[in-house]
Amino acid sequence: MKVEQISIFIENKSGRLAEITRILGDAGINIRALSLADTTDFGILRLIVNDGNLAKTVLKEKGFTVNMTEVVAVEVPDTPGGLSSILQVLDRQQINVEYMYAFVERCAGNAVIIFRFDETDKAISVLKSENFNILEGERLYSM
Amino acid sequence: MFFDEEFETLPRPALEALQFKRLQNVLERVNANVPFYKTSFAKAGISPSDLKCLDDLQRFPFTTKQDMRDSYPYDLFAAPMEDIVRIHASSGTTGKPTVVGYTQKDIATWTDLMARSFVAAGAHKGDIIHNAYGYGLFTGGLGAHYGAERLGASVIPISGGNTKRQIMIMQDFGSTVLTCTPSYSLFMAEEAKAEGVDFKGLKLRVGIFGAEPWSEAMRDEIEQKLNLSAIDIYGLSEIMGPGVAIECIEAKKGLHIWEDHFIPEIIDPVTGQRLPEGELGELVITTITKQGIPLIRYRTRDITSLTYEPCICGRTHARIARMSGRSDDMLIIRGVNVFPSQIEAILVGIEGIEPHYMLIIDRQGTLDTLTVQVEVSEELFSDEIKVLQALSRRVEKEIKDMLGVTCSAKLVEPKTIQRSEGKAKRVTDNRTL
Repeated sequence: MKVEQISIFIENKSGRLAEITRILGDAGINIRALSLADTTDFGILRLIVNDGNLAKTVLKEKGFTVNMTEVVAVEVPDTPGGLSSILQVLDRQQINVEYMYAFVERCAGNAVIIFRFDETDKAISVLKSENFNILEGERLYSM
Repeated sequence: MFFDEEFETLPRPALEALQFKRLQNVLERVNANVPFYKTSFAKAGISPSDLKCLDDLQRFPFTTKQDMRDSYPYDLFAAPMEDIVRIHASSGTTGKPTVVGYTQKDIATWTDLMARSFVAAGAHKGDIIHNAYGYGLFTGGLGAHYGAERLGASVIPISGGNTKRQIMIMQDFGSTVLTCTPSYSLFMAEEAKAEGVDFKGLKLRVGIFGAEPWSEAMRDEIEQKLNLSAIDIYGLSEIMGPGVAIECIEAKKGLHIWEDHFIPEIIDPVTGQRLPEGELGELVITTITKQGIPLIRYRTRDITSLTYEPCICGRTHARIARMSGRSDDMLIIRGVNVFPSQIEAILVGIEGIEPHYMLIIDRQGTLDTLTVQVEVSEELFSDEIKVLQALSRRVEKEIKDMLGVTCSAKLVEPKTIQRSEGKAKRVTDNRTL
């Protein structure tokens, strides 16, 4: 039910994103989804890739600080109100979203929302009980 | 102009005779009342009675900042606690401050010497002294305050900070003398400019600046921007506080050290050997009249030179040159003494921080800035921005709380801070004075 996300610490200086994507490309790692959070001094790059462990290993070898976090991927129809329907449920159950990002599936035409919750297990059970489609990690990695 | 003409112009033979008598007395007192000195004299195989002439002082052992730390808080006091009327402290290298105590007589001496210093700088009764040194455990504020009152001047005890209000008060109250750190005076000048206030329209005549190193180039800049005569003052809490030495306004060439109360020496900081007149080395001071905490051959770690050449002002007291550095790694940031080891101790105390840090000191405009770079290890890292931001805020707050210096903490990628083979390079000081 959970998806492995890797997060990478980057200083705000030129060329860091290019360096990370080059390392991943050279290792044959494919990026499925990404989000970049930034402050004036630093940023956090969050990625879902086809092989998280390999990505972590190659980045650490190059001196990056990397960690793995469990996030939840939820599929919603790519129609107006799709995201809202999830957020309303979460709000009612008082589940906080730390951050989220989204992409659209190539074939099925559905939107996939990646959520980082403070209470991941509770969020999953709430979403399941409301019949949202939570994607397995494996499906996402090989998408 | 003199405050105490007799003593300030005492002919050298009489001054040295007085020094000898007072030195004998203080050696006897510390030997009898301070176990630390009894032990250290015995270890060096010397006793106060071995002092046959002033030069014999160099046979006595040094006192260091470490000795003061080991004696925390009161073990070096030579007077009983009931005779101590004031306690001051300055930052130490491990979070524990260096503590000093003053008897009633010590405060009177300090007050007189500070009044002497004011007069040497060209201040007099009738002046309105704007005292922007910090009041508190730091000796600057109260030291200058008492001296100014003793002089009969009007003191404005404004302390540091709130620059806009400082400028308004200088304007409205007609301040004629300014006392603060040299860098703060330049900051005031910038603020005044931004407020549309011209220092040429103020009544300031003299500025007495100390508590941090500065240069002749800074003097020119200050004199031009603040439209006053800038005077260098030297002091340290271990010895007394401000007013140990000061430039005379007549010559502005070297700081007269009040030799009827302090005996200066210049030593090679490595060998500990005394250096000849005029050579650059570490300043060592013996306090010969202090009661609360007399110090024998205290190593100040300040680098300067000493001259006994007569001065055009008529004072017979030796002059030390403008401080040109430190013989240890102490940094002075906006007048606050900071040792890299103190910051390291704070960082190590914060969970998960590896001892990979770098201190960067800059001067932005006129104020010193301290940036603490901390490498983000896997233990510290989080995928959430707020966790990392809370971490840098915590570093900033703990440094402010412990050391009293404002800094900005910057998280950096691992291995970006230079690793060195021998002594780690922890400090990059980009200031040019």
